[in-house]
Amino acid sequence: MTVVAERAGGQGTVRRLAGALHRRPRLRLALLLTAPLLWLTVLYLGSLAVLFVSAFWTTNSFTSQVVKVWSTDNFHELLTTPVYRQVILRSIGVALAVTVLCAVIAFPLAFYTARVARPKWRPLLVVAILTPLWASYLVKVYAWRLILSEGGLADWMLKPFGAGGPGFGLPATVLTLTYLWLPYMILPIHTALEQLPANLLDASADLGARSWRTFRSVVVPMVLPSVAAGSIFTFSLSLGDYITVQIVGGKTQLIGNVVYSNIELNLPMAAALGTVPVVVIVVYLLAMRRTGALSSL
Amino acid sequence: MEGIAIRLQDLRKSFGETTAVAGVDLEIRDGEFFSMLGPSGSGKTTVLRLIAGFETPTAGGIELAGQEVTGLAPFERDVHTVFQDYALFPHMTVEQNVAYGLKIRKVPKAERLVRARKALAEVRLEGFGARRPAQLSGGQRQRVALARALVGRPRVLLLDEPLGALDLKLREQMQVELKELQREVGITFVFVTHDQQEALTMSDRIAVFDQGRIQQVGTPAEIYERPATPFVASFVGTSNLIEGESAQRVVGAPGVYSIRPEKIRVLKESAESDEPEHATATGTVAEVVYLGDTTRFLVDLDAGGRLTALQQNLETSAEDVAAYRGTRVRLQWHHRHTVRVPDTR
Ligand SMILES: Nc1ncnc2c1ncn2[C@@H]1O[C@H](COP(=O)(O)OP(=O)(O)OP(=O)(O)O)[C@@H](O)[C@H]1O
Ligand SMILES: [Mg+2]
Repeated sequence: MTVVAERAGGQGTVRRLAGALHRRPRLRLALLLTAPLLWLTVLYLGSLAVLFVSAFWTTNSFTSQVVKVWSTDNFHELLTTPVYRQVILRSIGVALAVTVLCAVIAFPLAFYTARVARPKWRPLLVVAILTPLWASYLVKVYAWRLILSEGGLADWMLKPFGAGGPGFGLPATVLTLTYLWLPYMILPIHTALEQLPANLLDASADLGARSWRTFRSVVVPMVLPSVAAGSIFTFSLSLGDYITVQIVGGKTQLIGNVVYSNIELNLPMAAALGTVPVVVIVVYLLAMRRTGALSSL
Repeated sequence: MEGIAIRLQDLRKSFGETTAVAGVDLEIRDGEFFSMLGPSGSGKTTVLRLIAGFETPTAGGIELAGQEVTGLAPFERDVHTVFQDYALFPHMTVEQNVAYGLKIRKVPKAERLVRARKALAEVRLEGFGARRPAQLSGGQRQRVALARALVGRPRVLLLDEPLGALDLKLREQMQVELKELQREVGITFVFVTHDQQEALTMSDRIAVFDQGRIQQVGTPAEIYERPATPFVASFVGTSNLIEGESAQRVVGAPGVYSIRPEKIRVLKESAESDEPEHATATGTVAEVVYLGDTTRFLVDLDAGGRLTALQQNLETSAEDVAAYRGTRVRLQWHHRHTVRVPDTR
């Protein structure tokens, strides 16, 4: 009897608590988000802040010791030294090239996996697209190093056409990065194409549009936000990369590896350079927000 | 004027094992408001999709205005469709949706705009051109779909349960508007519905579908008054059939007979009828349902079977109605309302 009463009482408390929470959606949200928000602000934004602050310090050029004196010299140097300017522009160019290549390759592939292939094969094809993501990044990049090396697969395959592989350098970097990030572009496009209602295509044909016209006027505009969403991945991943360029880039210098080689010598300069991709990506995100890409992530 | 807009010849369509359309022959005239009525899964949508060209028939032929179109793609046929779920392009404005077909046919931009505005005015949606479909109500979307299909002035307009998603009030209002619009523009309408009331009120002619076949084609009056099969008799209007032993005793001959409920009068059992042109049957009231303007009586006949009778509530009120339950009554109707239904079962 008492047990029953107690249990009823306990349930009552839980129930009252649940009720109180239900009536206070803000409190509920706060309880739910406190831990992840703390993690986000302290660890994530915190380290970004440290990066940003240290970009305003300088180094003693003899000892490489960090001198904690506030100055904007690093940023000034970044913007006025031609080498740094070139590195920044080249990095953005690489990220854009990788993004465009990914989009151009991903669209037909996703069109095939989402709308042409038989429905029962589709899940399998999606898995096939994802499998490269399960392999180690380094293994894949070294595989490309083998492919692109002198007398490697690329040379061997292009020889009959009287050409050679691109060797190590900027094109090799773009090629390898495109390979690495391609799944991040295929997946959102595949999902968008798969969810495209069939009767919209019927309606377009009904109103007189041939297949190509329907593709241009209905399919592409409806899938574009997902292309933009995928481009956020390919663009920011390419901009932040520093390993691929070291392995297949030859002498190519991108923001990533310049930061990497500066960390020991001139930490504040590396930090200043490190803020550049952050700023570029924020600008890119703002631009993409206008296309509706963020809501289709 | 009296041309044939659509001719279907022994049209068949199977999806693997299922036969959706099992041999349909049909002629739809120019300028007609033609309805396809039938229960869910009877193949109405499939016939419409075959006419539009979204599906290819397993066998049989389709002619539009005397021209064989069986192998042609949808964009090669002069028909437009209003889809059940409207199928508006979400990334375009209302105006762009309506002008889409014109743009494809390379109508100059200025003319496109004028015609799109005019089409929107026809469906009473002036001033909505700049909105996106997502910012419209269901009824408004439906009218955009209508304007989009009408603006190109096709020879035939196919409508697949276009009023299905609307509430009763809006639905009745749209029925009237649709009918008026059809009269104004003079385009052949092929209208799919599973609502018999809708089909009866709007159509010039109706085809009743069941299991991929046409059971009967006729005017609403013909369908309602002279059902050609027991299925039509029971699907259109309230099922009111007497057959077998009970037919022998009430009508005096074997067979299947249909009597529409509103033709039957409910009298006291003692009320003697000596009018020779009237048929009568006695029975016990099994159930009474008060419907506001009318009352429905379900009467178990002494001769066997059950008939439904619908009475205007001239003097009866809701309170009186319950008292009828279990009482003895005499049903009476004019002989000419006893309709013999060919037994096709
Ligand atoms: N694409 C398809 N694949 C397989 N079977 C189908 C397909 N389309 C329709 N069917 C089948 O064909 C039959 C007729 O379908 P249809 O859609 O024409 O019916 P309907 O009369 O329009 O019904 P409702 O009133 O419910 O819309 C159904 O049994 C349905 O399951
Ligand atoms: Mg249907």
